[in-house]
Amino acid sequence: MDFTFDSEQNDLREAVRGLLERAYSDSEVRRKVAATDPGFDEKTWSRLAEMGLLGLPFAEEHGGMGAGPIEVAIVAEEIGRVIAPEPFIEAVVLAGGLIAAVGTDEQKGELLAGVAEGTSVPAFAHAEIGTRWSTSASSVTATQAGESWTLSGVKEPVPNGARADVLVVSAVVDGGTGLFLVQGDAAGLTRTGYRTHDGTRAANVRFDGTPATLLGTGGDQTAAIERALAEARIAYSHEAIGAMDTALRTTAEYLKTRKQFGVTLNRFQALTFRAADMYVSLELARSTALWASMVQDAGGDVVSAADRARLQTSRAGRHIGKEAIQLHGGIGVTAEYSVGHYTSRLTAIDHLLGDGDFAAARLARTVADRETVDPLGAPYAV
Amino acid sequence: MRLQLSPELEAFREEMRTFFTTQVPQQIRDKVAGHGHVSKEEYVEAQRALNAAGLAVPHWPVEWGGRDWTPLQRHIWREEMQLANVPEPLAFNASMIGPVIAAFGNQEQKERFLAKTANLDIWWCQGFSEPDAGSDLASLRTTAVRDGDDWVVNGQKTWTTLGQHADWIFCLCRTDPTAEKKQRGISLLVFPMDTPGVTLRPIELIDGGFEVNEVFFEDVRVPAENLIGEENRGWDYAKFLLGNERVGIARIGSTKRMLAQAKEHAREITVDGRPLLEDPFMATRIAELENELVALELTALRVVANSADGKPHPASSVLKLRGSELQQAATELLVDIAGPLSVASFAEEGSDVPAWARVATPHYLNYRKVSIYGGSNEVQRTIIAGTILGL
Ligand SMILES: Cc1cc2nc3c(=O)[nH]c(=O)nc-3n(C[C@H](O)[C@H](O)[C@H](O)COP(=O)(O)OP(=O)(O)OC[C@H]3O[C@@H](n4cnc5c(N)ncnc54)[C@H](O)[C@@H]3O)c2cc1C
Ligand SMILES: Cc1cc2nc3c(=O)[nH]c(=O)nc-3n(C[C@H](O)[C@H](O)[C@H](O)COP(=O)(O)OP(=O)(O)OC[C@H]3O[C@@H](n4cnc5c(N)ncnc54)[C@H](O)[C@@H]3O)c2cc1C
Repeated sequence: MDFTFDSEQNDLREAVRGLLERAYSDSEVRRKVAATDPGFDEKTWSRLAEMGLLGLPFAEEHGGMGAGPIEVAIVAEEIGRVIAPEPFIEAVVLAGGLIAAVGTDEQKGELLAGVAEGTSVPAFAHAEIGTRWSTSASSVTATQAGESWTLSGVKEPVPNGARADVLVVSAVVDGGTGLFLVQGDAAGLTRTGYRTHDGTRAANVRFDGTPATLLGTGGDQTAAIERALAEARIAYSHEAIGAMDTALRTTAEYLKTRKQFGVTLNRFQALTFRAADMYVSLELARSTALWASMVQDAGGDVVSAADRARLQTSRAGRHIGKEAIQLHGGIGVTAEYSVGHYTSRLTAIDHLLGDGDFAAARLARTVADRETVDPLGAPYAV
Repeated sequence: MRLQLSPELEAFREEMRTFFTTQVPQQIRDKVAGHGHVSKEEYVEAQRALNAAGLAVPHWPVEWGGRDWTPLQRHIWREEMQLANVPEPLAFNASMIGPVIAAFGNQEQKERFLAKTANLDIWWCQGFSEPDAGSDLASLRTTAVRDGDDWVVNGQKTWTTLGQHADWIFCLCRTDPTAEKKQRGISLLVFPMDTPGVTLRPIELIDGGFEVNEVFFEDVRVPAENLIGEENRGWDYAKFLLGNERVGIARIGSTKRMLAQAKEHAREITVDGRPLLEDPFMATRIAELENELVALELTALRVVANSADGKPHPASSVLKLRGSELQQAATELLVDIAGPLSVASFAEEGSDVPAWARVATPHYLNYRKVSIYGGSNEVQRTIIAGTILGL
């Protein structure tokens, strides 16, 4: 049991922080970037690629760095710290992660190097209107004719779905849910992108007999989707930790400088106690997120570990996001000041892959199966 | 970053688990598990069993019975002890006065007190709080005035836990009323509870139990050699002692036990023909508490690893704050599971209400204390806001 980062991990954090702090020196820069499509900065994306971060979790033979979940966690947290809008989790961890987990050697060789180099930005088209946070597809269907496949139906909202050059799509197949690759310029593909409340982008993605290739060798991919979603939930938990950390620090600074009634606001215990509670929420969530990454690293039950991290960071994110605004007063709700954007991003993270109630309900279903939870024992440490 | 315990620590954990579950009498552990009344004799028996195996005061200096363990080993020791429902070594002895004497006492005092303190041959009580000195402990008014070779103590202490069992008291007294800062004029004296002039009045708590007392001092003569450390430095020792008190106060193992019990009992209660544990709302409430507890346990492990220099990490305030809240939430959960049975607190023979349901509400009411003592949760928030956030 060891919660300390090694020196290479500290170096990695420093390098990523340096790059992102330069790119997003203040919240106005992010606002400007978010105002125009594709909702992130292509130059920053290239720099992330140059640093090797876009291939971080992929095997070296596929152009990646062969790094583990802890390194992914570090990058995600640093992204959250400045709420960089670059779709690292969406493209690399989730869509890239599915390609790495399910793809054939040929597909991995072909696609992952492009992701790592920053030339390809994939997206996972999975959500369907009328369902939520499912591991399977229900309205997009796949039809086979000989060797080739076509897809029909609608996916929405697809994060970063309009900018993506290749889509990983879940679709109903005989006996379950299959995964497919669709090129951005495929016939019968219509994408309508829009801005989301947190300044990033999502899209309506319509398939109408759209040609697709099978990702991997076919069959039901529900388990692979469940696992990829879990790993992305853990990564999002770290992004949320970074965002909460900044929201809290910004709030504490504000309380020390803003004067009302002739004194700075930190003279009011009604406010400092609430800041203390925010700190408690943050640190408990941080411990859980770090632990979930360690479980992933150790090959333990990543799905339930992700639910635990999701539950804790969801509750913490809402608590800290709301209080950060409230403790600022009116300026907190303006787009011209940073803190509200953090709350907006935390709110988006909370709903992309499952919120706290979702995770709690899943954990509740197995509550009777265990006498106690031992985070250092089975099924987490193996 | 590594999840697994090293093989050595895994073995250590197993060794602790085996010891606690086999070498401490079952009937004592059952009482702790059932939140029953543990008698003085049972506390003494349990602590002596631990001490004989070198497990009562592992955090003390090695020459006085300590084990030179890492913070992580101590953490495991404490958690396993709680999980096994072993009554912990008396805090007043093991966590408070023992370490203070070991650190600040003279050689004679160490030889006189430490072995007996570890073995609970002396039962200590803590004479800090007074009617007008609670959170603001430094405003205490009990005085000790030098008279020849003695100190003469006058005043009153209150909330003195288990003072009725105590052989000795360690007592903060004002020895220099003229000191510029009120913290500067305080000294730490120790004396037997049967010294002439010491009287004790029990205070009944809301659960009907008697665990705290008022202690009155009227011209109590204490030999000068019973001053611990230096005159007027008592505040420093008190701070050292309270820092120790906060470590391990999260009581994660004990809350884990309560949640396990809650599940067991929620299986036995039926709602519309189905076990209460299968009710989605109840299952979710338990799952949330379990997750909060996991988060706290992991935070404790993080904090423990970062406090190697012996000083409590500032984040230990998080452990006290959240640890007490979760202990309270677990006791509340048990009351809610007992439902209508929870009113039968003082039922005796002839009642069919199970024992766990009888004790649920008194335990819940009694546990309101855990967010008050050991530095109230408001005091912990003050520490977090000030020391950590710089507010
Ligand atoms: C959407 C919106 C519309 C508005 N419309 C109008 C309008 O039309 N006309 C107009 O005149 N004003 C308007 N206001 C201003 C509004 O009345 C102020 O925002 C409000 O008075 C709070 O002041 P503040 O924002 O400067 O926060 P501050 O006073 O700086 O407060 C910051 C934080 O400190 C807390 N705080 C302050 N003092 C204390 C204290 N003594 N003890 C404990 N906590 C304290 C506050 O509750 C808050 O959480 C509007 C505000 C908003 C957000
Ligand atoms: C069951 C029990 C056992 C105890 N055992 C012992 C013992 O063995 N020996 C011993 O010496 N003491 C003992 N205590 C005393 C305990 O340490 C005190 O109760 C504690 O220090 C709080 O003091 P108080 O009760 O006087 O409350 P007060 O200090 O009067 O506080 C009242 C309320 O005000 C809050 N408050 C106080 N100051 C501030 C502040 N600056 N800012 C914000 N809020 C504040 C408190 O948190 C609390 O909510 C025990 C207490 C209990 C309940």
